[in-house]
Amino acid sequence: MNLIWVPLLPLLGCLVSLLLGRYPRSTMALGAAILPAIALGIVVSLAPEVMSGNNPVVTYDWVPALSLQISFMLDGLALMFTLLILGIGLLVILYARYYLSEADNAGRFYASLLLFMTAMLGVVLSANLIQLWFFWELTSVSSFMLISYWSHRSDARKGARMAMTITGAGGLALLAGLILIGEVVGSYDLRTVLASGSLIAEHSLYPVIVVLVLLGAFTKSAQFPFHSWLPQAMAAPTPVSSYLHSATMVKAGIFLMARFYPVLSDTQLWFALVSLVGLTTLLVGAYTALFKHDLKGLLAYSTISHLGLITLLLGLDTELASIAAMFHVINHAVFKASLFMAAGIIDHESGSRDMRKLNGLFRYMPYTATLAMVAASSMAGVPLLNGFLSKEMLFAESLQQETFGSLSWLIPLLVTVGGALAVAYSLRFVHDVFFNGEPIGLEKTPHEPPRYMRVPVEILVVLCLLVGVLPDLIVGDLLVAVGASLMPAGVPEFSISIWHGFNIPLLMSFLAVLGGVALYRQRRHMFNFQARFTEVDPKLAFEHMIQTLVERARSVQLWLDNGSFQRYALWLLLMAIAAMSVPMVNIPHARGSLEVTELDMVAFGGALLMIVASVATAMLSHQRLLALVTISVVGLVVSVAFAWFSAPDLALTQLSVEVATIILFLLALYFLPQKVSLNHLSPGRIVRDMGIATAAGAIVGTLTYAMLTRPFESISSFFTANAKTGGGGTNVVNVILVDFRGFDTFGEITVLAIAAIGIYKLLAGVRLFVPAADMDGRPWSKDSHPLMLMQISQSLLPLALLVSAYIFLRGHNLPGGGFIAGLITAIALIQQYVANGVVWMRDRGDLKFQWFIVCGLFIAFGSGVGSWLFERPFLTSWFDYFYLPLVGKFELASAMAFDLGVYLTVIGATLSILANLGKLTTTDRPTRPGRRS
Amino acid sequence: MELIFAVTVGVMVTCSVFLMLRGHTFAVVIGLTLMSYAVNLFLFASGGLALHEPAILADGAEYSDPLPQALVLTAIVIGFAMTAFALILAIRARADLGNDQVDGRALPGDSLANKEPQGKVRQSTVKSTASNTAKNSGGKTR
Repeated sequence: MNLIWVPLLPLLGCLVSLLLGRYPRSTMALGAAILPAIALGIVVSLAPEVMSGNNPVVTYDWVPALSLQISFMLDGLALMFTLLILGIGLLVILYARYYLSEADNAGRFYASLLLFMTAMLGVVLSANLIQLWFFWELTSVSSFMLISYWSHRSDARKGARMAMTITGAGGLALLAGLILIGEVVGSYDLRTVLASGSLIAEHSLYPVIVVLVLLGAFTKSAQFPFHSWLPQAMAAPTPVSSYLHSATMVKAGIFLMARFYPVLSDTQLWFALVSLVGLTTLLVGAYTALFKHDLKGLLAYSTISHLGLITLLLGLDTELASIAAMFHVINHAVFKASLFMAAGIIDHESGSRDMRKLNGLFRYMPYTATLAMVAASSMAGVPLLNGFLSKEMLFAESLQQETFGSLSWLIPLLVTVGGALAVAYSLRFVHDVFFNGEPIGLEKTPHEPPRYMRVPVEILVVLCLLVGVLPDLIVGDLLVAVGASLMPAGVPEFSISIWHGFNIPLLMSFLAVLGGVALYRQRRHMFNFQARFTEVDPKLAFEHMIQTLVERARSVQLWLDNGSFQRYALWLLLMAIAAMSVPMVNIPHARGSLEVTELDMVAFGGALLMIVASVATAMLSHQRLLALVTISVVGLVVSVAFAWFSAPDLALTQLSVEVATIILFLLALYFLPQKVSLNHLSPGRIVRDMGIATAAGAIVGTLTYAMLTRPFESISSFFTANAKTGGGGTNVVNVILVDFRGFDTFGEITVLAIAAIGIYKLLAGVRLFVPAADMDGRPWSKDSHPLMLMQISQSLLPLALLVSAYIFLRGHNLPGGGFIAGLITAIALIQQYVANGVVWMRDRGDLKFQWFIVCGLFIAFGSGVGSWLFERPFLTSWFDYFYLPLVGKFELASAMAFDLGVYLTVIGATLSILANLGKLTTTDRPTRPGRRS
Repeated sequence: MELIFAVTVGVMVTCSVFLMLRGHTFAVVIGLTLMSYAVNLFLFASGGLALHEPAILADGAEYSDPLPQALVLTAIVIGFAMTAFALILAIRARADLGNDQVDGRALPGDSLANKEPQGKVRQSTVKSTASNTAKNSGGKTR
C-alpha cells in the first residue's frame, strides 16, 4: 500500500478520536488505535523492501516553482523510527485508556496524541527539507497541546510554554539551516541533499549550517544547555511523558542528526561540538537525576542523560559509533517508555510520585515492581538486558576515538563515571521505591493496576529481555538497514553479541556497577552536599527571562510607537528620506543629458507665486483662514500650470476640484478652531521639523530635476496612435480614462464612492460642538440669504448645467469628460446651497446623493459587463458614427455610458461630502436613529 | 524652466512635510493637500514639460504625453476625496475627543473651552465635560 497512508492514517485517526468524544474510553481507545495499527501494518509490509536496500518513495508536486514537494521516503533510518513511533504509540494508547480518569476529556487527548504521531511520522518520513521542517514544528505545537493537557494546572501551562518556546526557537534555527542547505545544494529534495555531502562540507557556509542544524537538534533533544524544558514537561500526563519524552519527541533531534549524518558529520567541527555537548549532557543529566525525589523527575533527567549518551555516540569519530547510537535509540525508547508507564502506574495506584514517601511497594505490587526492576536494570546496563549491549558498545567506541588528541583518554573515563551515575540512580529508583522500609503518608493503599494497564509494560519489558539475549536475531537486520542510511558508502561488518570475552569495555562496565553501588551507599553525604546549593526553579527563571524580554520589547516599542501620530509620521518620513537618498547619492549628476527649455516670464511668475504661497501657507497654518487663502492660490496656480504645459483636462479638473476643496475647508473651519496659538511649540521641534522638511523637499526637487532632464521611453505613442482608431476619440487623455485604462478608472470612482460613504457614516450621529459665534466673539449673522446672490445663482444654474452637459459630451474629442462635467455640476448645485441655504434646497426636492453614487457605479459597471454580451472582455468599448437630420453626423460610443457612470459618481460623491457637512451647520443635520434631539 | 519647476515642487514638498508634522489636525490636512498638489505636479512632470502641444489629436501635430495626464486626473479627484475624508475625520475627532490634536490628547491650556468661549451646545447629546468647562470658563478669554 502507498507510503502516504502511513502519516495520513493517524491524522484521520485524530478526527476519529474527536468524533468519538462522547463514547466510553474503551471505545475511544479502540477507535484511536485502529488507524495507526493499519499504518503499522503497512510499514511492516514495506519493511522487507527497505531491508533489501530498496527505499519506497512517494512524491507529489505542491509548488514546483518554489521546489516545494510533498514527498515521503522510507529508508532504514525512517523505518526504525516509524516502528518505534507506531509501536510505542499503540501501547501508549492502550495504557492511556486506564490512566485517564472519567473526568478527563479522552477524545481531546487521543486527538492530540494522534496529531503528534502524524507530526513525528512526517518528520521521519519527509524527503523534502521544508516539509520536514513543517512536521518538525508540528511536533512542537502538538506536544504543547499534550503537555498542557491538564490546562487548569499552572505548572502544566508553564511547562508547555517553556517546551514550546525552546523547541520552537530551535525550530527557527533549523529552518535557517535547512534553507542554507537548500541554497547551497540547489535543491530541497532530501535524496539530492544526501548525495552532495562534499559540496556542503566544502562550502564556506558549512560552519553556519552545522551550528544552525545542531541548534534545532539540541533544543529538541534536550541537550545541555537547552535541557531545562524536559523536566518541566513532566507536568504532562504520564502516557504523554512515556511517549514524547522517552521514545519520540526528544528523539527527533537525534533523528535529525542521524538524518544529516552522511552530509554534515565528517568534520572536526561536528565531532567536537556534538561529542562535547553529548558528554556534558550525559554527565549533567545523570548527576541531577540522582537527586530528584520525584519519580518522573528522575526519569526525565535520566532521559536527558541517555540522550546525551546517544548524541555523544553520534559525535564519536569511529566506524560503529553511529550504529551504536541508533541501537541505543531503540533500547532507550523501550526501557524508558516502560519505566515511565511503571511510574505512572505507581502514581495512579498509590497517589504519589515522591520517592521520600514511596517505600517498600514491592509488597503491594510485586508484579509491577518486577517489571519496573527489569526495565531499571536495563537502564543501569545490567548484562542480559538490551541497555547493557548498547552501553558496552559506547564503552568500546569511546576507547577508540581520537578527536581530542592526547586528551582523548578523558572520554572513556568520563563515560564510565556517567555509567556509574546511571547505576546509582537506577538503584535508587528500585531500592527507594520498592524496598527501603514502609510507605510514608500515602493517601491510599497501593495495589496492582488493572490487568490491561500492565500489558504495555509487559510487552516492552519482554522486548528488553529479547533484545538483550538475542540482539542479532531481533534487531540485527534493522540496524544494517539503518546503517545504510547513515553510511551510504557502505556499512562496516558488525555483530552484536552478549559475550565478547574479557576486555576493557567489560572492565568499564564492572567498574561502573561497582562505582554506582558505592555512590548509592554513600548517597547521604551527596544529598547533604547537594542541599547546600540553592535550587533555582527553571520554570521561574524561564518566566523571569520571558518577562524581562517582554519588558524590553515593550520599552523599545514605546520608544518607536508612543501612540503619537506625529511620531509615526516622523518615522515614516525619515524612512522615506533614507530610502530615497541612497539611490540619489548613486546618481552622479542631477542634471541629465536633455536640453533644457528656456525660462519664460509667465512660468517664472507662476513659480514664484506658488513658492511664496506655499511658504505662506506653512507659516500661517495657525491663522487658518489666511492659510486657506494662500493654499487656494497654490491650487489655482497649479491649474494654470497644467494649462500652460499642455494639459487642458488637468487644468479644468484642478480648477473645479479647487473650488470644491476650498468650500469644504471653509465649512470645516466652522467646526474647528479658526485660530490656534503656537505657544506650545518648542523651538527645538520647529528646527527638527524644518530640517526633515527641507531634506524631503531637497530630495523630491532634485528627483524632479533629474527626471525632467533625462530622456525616457514612453509607452504613450501606443495611446496616441490608437485613440482615434481604437477608442473613437481625439482627446487621448479621456480615451485613456474611459477606454484603454477604463478598469483603473472604474476602481478609482469606486474609491471615490467609498470615501463618500465613509464620510457619510462619520458624520451620521456626530456629537458636534457647534459654535454660536466666530473666533472674535461675533455671533453669526441672522440675515437671510442675500437676494442678489440668490437671484444670480438661480439663473446661473441652468447655464451651468448646460455647460457641464456640453463639457461631458465633447469630452471624448476635446478637453472635458465625465470627471470635469461631474465636478462642474456639483459646484453648480453647491452654489445653490451656498446662496439659498439647505432648507430652501430641501424644499425643492431633497436629492439623495447616495443614489447618484450607486447609479453611477452601476452604469459604469453595466457598460463594462455589457461587453460580455458580445463575448468580449470586461469594458471593451464600441463606437460608431450616426447621422441625424439637423444635428448632422455624430458619434455614439459605449465609452460614453461609462463616462456617464463616472459623471454621476463624481456628482454624488462631491455633493454628499459637501452637502452632508453643510447640513451639519443647520438644524437639519442628520442624527443617530433614536437620538434625535 | 525645468529647474524652476523642480525648485517649486521641492519647496511645496518642504512646506507640506513641515505642515504634516504639526500637531493640529487642520495643519496636517492642509499639509496633505499641499503634498497632493506637489505629487500631482511631479507625476505630471514625468511626461516632460511641453508647451502648446495638448494631447488632442489633429493632423500632424506633436502631442504631450497623455498617460501621466490621465493618471494625474484621477489622482486629483481621489486626492479631493482623501482630503475630504481626512478633514471630516478631524471634525469627528474633535467632536468625540474634545480637541483638535492629531494624537487626540489636549495640550495644556488648549481645551475646547479656551477656543470657543461663547460656544453653546446646540445638541443635547454633546459631551458633558465639554459643556461643563464651557460654562465654568464663563466668558471671553481672549
